[in-house]
Amino acid sequence: MYKVKVYVTLRENVLDPQGNAVKGALHSLSYNEVKDVRIGKFMELVIEKSERDIDELVREMCEKLLANTVIEDYRYEIEEVVAQ
Amino acid sequence: MKFAVIVFPGSNCDVDMYHAIKDELGEEVEYVWHDADGLDEFDGILLPGGFSYGDYLRSGAIARFSSVMKAIQKAAEEGKPILGVCNGFQILLEAGLLPGAMRRNNSLKFICRPVSLRVENNETMFTSVYKQGEIITIPIAHGEGNYYCDEATLHQLIENRQIVFRYHGDNPNGSLDNIAGIINEKGNVLGMMPHPERAVDQLLGSADGLKMFQSIVKYWRETHVVTA
Repeated sequence: MYKVKVYVTLRENVLDPQGNAVKGALHSLSYNEVKDVRIGKFMELVIEKSERDIDELVREMCEKLLANTVIEDYRYEIEEVVAQ
Repeated sequence: MKFAVIVFPGSNCDVDMYHAIKDELGEEVEYVWHDADGLDEFDGILLPGGFSYGDYLRSGAIARFSSVMKAIQKAAEEGKPILGVCNGFQILLEAGLLPGAMRRNNSLKFICRPVSLRVENNETMFTSVYKQGEIITIPIAHGEGNYYCDEATLHQLIENRQIVFRYHGDNPNGSLDNIAGIINEKGNVLGMMPHPERAVDQLLGSADGLKMFQSIVKYWRETHVVTA
């Protein structure tokens, strides 16, 4: 079994209105050190072992559904776990 | 002319769309559930607004994989008119039938009010009854209508006159180049954030949306009805 963590964020060059609003709020709390805030999604997948290469499988899922690559970037971490 | 109004779990403008076609336009129309696998009997396909699958993950991201989408893809290839409004537009983007993607509105607010639009291209099967440059009033109702595409795509949209509607005056959501509606290169798939089906009678505040549906019917009659 694999535990996969997928992170999806808006691409660098795409303005993130939510992130901007949160940055403004942090500044109003005097955290003026904050230069940028990007808001994204975190997904946790539990995937059974199969013949398919896990890395290839997850990348395919990200490309097809989990991220919209027109505006979003994704990255993921794969951890092998013992089934309970 | 026979229209299909595609209904997904969470669609909420399907009844308005049906009403616009049946009562205001006076054409045939049927609801088609998202699990249908054929649309051959229909001449035009309408994807209504709403929150298909609760907008989970991204607006339109889940609906795009429903079985009716294969039939919509086929209809698009056959050149049938396909109109996606609001969530319908978002679904067409996710499905790759139109280029680009939607971001949250700049203001982060859900905006529901009439807006002014400029008809940027009246030489399409959806806009031929409008005058070029006509300013029309159509309501919007969305939280994610902030259209985005990369520069190369924008250049292509402008070059091919694929930007059919732009917001006139103020831009409610921050969309790139004031884009409110775009058409595919072939000219038979139109997506727009404003709701023409909510502007089909003066009683609703505007009847400017009716001309869009009239344009579709005009196109269909000109190409399909053989005069003896």
